[in-house]
Amino acid sequence: MSVIDCQNVSIRYITGDLKAIGLKEYIVRKMTGTYHVQEFYADKDITFQLEKGDMLGIIGSNGAGKSTLLKAITGILLPVEGTVKVDGKVAALLELSSGFDGDMTVRENAYLRGAMLGYTKAFMDAKYDEIIQFAELEEFQDYLFKQLSSGMKSRLAFSIACLVNPDILILDEVLSVGDGAFRKKSGDKMKEILSGGITGILVSHSLDQIRELCNKILWIDHGKQIAFTDETELYCDAYDEFLFSKKLPESREDIEKLAMRYNKRMQEKREEKQRTEAQKLQKILEKGEKGSAVEAAINILRKNCPEALNEDYFAH
Amino acid sequence: MKFNTLIQNFSKHSFLFQQLVKRDFEHKYKRTSLGMLWSVLSPLLTLLVMRIVFTDFFGRNTPHYTIYLFSGNIVFSYFREATNNGMTSLMNNANVIEKINVPKYLFLLSRNVQAFFNFLLTVLVYFLFCIIDHIDFGWHMLSLVYPVLCLLLLNIGVGLILSAVYIFFRDMTYLYGVFLTLLNYMSAIFYTLDNFSEKVQRLFLLNPVYVIIKYFRMVVIDGHLPSTEYHLLMLGYSCFFVLIGMFMYKKYNHQFVYYL
Repeated sequence: MSVIDCQNVSIRYITGDLKAIGLKEYIVRKMTGTYHVQEFYADKDITFQLEKGDMLGIIGSNGAGKSTLLKAITGILLPVEGTVKVDGKVAALLELSSGFDGDMTVRENAYLRGAMLGYTKAFMDAKYDEIIQFAELEEFQDYLFKQLSSGMKSRLAFSIACLVNPDILILDEVLSVGDGAFRKKSGDKMKEILSGGITGILVSHSLDQIRELCNKILWIDHGKQIAFTDETELYCDAYDEFLFSKKLPESREDIEKLAMRYNKRMQEKREEKQRTEAQKLQKILEKGEKGSAVEAAINILRKNCPEALNEDYFAH
Repeated sequence: MKFNTLIQNFSKHSFLFQQLVKRDFEHKYKRTSLGMLWSVLSPLLTLLVMRIVFTDFFGRNTPHYTIYLFSGNIVFSYFREATNNGMTSLMNNANVIEKINVPKYLFLLSRNVQAFFNFLLTVLVYFLFCIIDHIDFGWHMLSLVYPVLCLLLLNIGVGLILSAVYIFFRDMTYLYGVFLTLLNYMSAIFYTLDNFSEKVQRLFLLNPVYVIIKYFRMVVIDGHLPSTEYHLLMLGYSCFFVLIGMFMYKKYNHQFVYYL
């Protein structure tokens, strides 16, 4: 049995109804018979299943329907078609500081958020210290939430979501919170959690992150499902190339072509980079004093390519 | 069966509910120097103003006019506070509702708990005034629990209806404000119905808030219990509004998030 099972999920927004156009316009349009609502499908026919321990990366450009899909999985939105089945406790970080109360202390906010995620008081009592420690907010426990810096706020949110042992963890663009040190810590924590058999969904615009953490990929474009696959490398390559060329793949062949082109491009880039680097180095060496320049060159050779210093090397 | 799952659901969220109530209380009294004392002070000040203004017009022939005024005041201000707060409860928590899947009715209930607590505080002062005014305290006073419970239900019901309407129709705050003024004048808070004909007096019973106010006056001032029909009427009103409120919540609560 899958932990998350989405079958043909479609989510629709309605625009141009009473609320959007106001009462006067509504009556005028009703009377003249020009009242129409526009339907807008944020997601259309999305199907995927996740097993325990899976980490799904959702990719797609802005407005592709990623966050909307997450809302359907957490149960905030009901799909107009299709079904979402979720088995287990979900902790979702859809937007970090939402749902916190600026006028309450850090401690009260931690408990409130824990309660919203469905945990009991006893559980939060047991976990509270660990959460504060991980967020590195020991000295700020009794500060008002609004007095924290935005980095601290995100750290608290992240710590709560990760440390409460959810069965399913949903992260929307939140892995890049805090400063460098905390980012590394949170990345490590994520890996630790994932190896503990949790099921996760990650939305990120950083493909490196997705390559590193995810074993499955869901690619959405303008609400349409382009792919759901476990060939993460191939599809990440293809997606990267798509971002470059803006041409949607239509078949498996296209994907492979895209991935190939991506690799070729990367290869070229690497070579280009190496060439320019070599040129730069040469320039520096040429500019320097002759004796020290030669010494530096020999040192580099000795380090990177010692066989070149062997007199036989050039004879070959 | 359905009721069972409701209870189960609620116990699952009891910790969240507790936290929300705590938060609402903190919000209400934050940054006021008198804090919770305002819950008692503000109805007293209102009472004082009304007493000064209306005694000459209506107070001469009404026995225990202060208690008469006070009964109307506490019931009506509780109704106003609970329903007004209830109306905006979902909208004010939009940032949570949009991001975290929590039962939305909890926000409304926690606001109601707060208003109810306030009301109980004013009731204490009310009894204090009763003692000062030499009102006869007997076992019959215990029957006041009944209208209080009915009022609580009524407030939750009306709050459910208003909060749903408010999400789709933001103008509701203004309309409801005007409606409350009208209702205030129709609830015989500072005047008596003695000069009206029997028929008009009956019409007043269409107003659930007046029905509750009258219950208070009958028990406290006149010292006797209303008829069984009167009890049923009150319960009927409360159930009516709660059922409509629940129906609307059930029907529309999944659409709220599109309109926040």
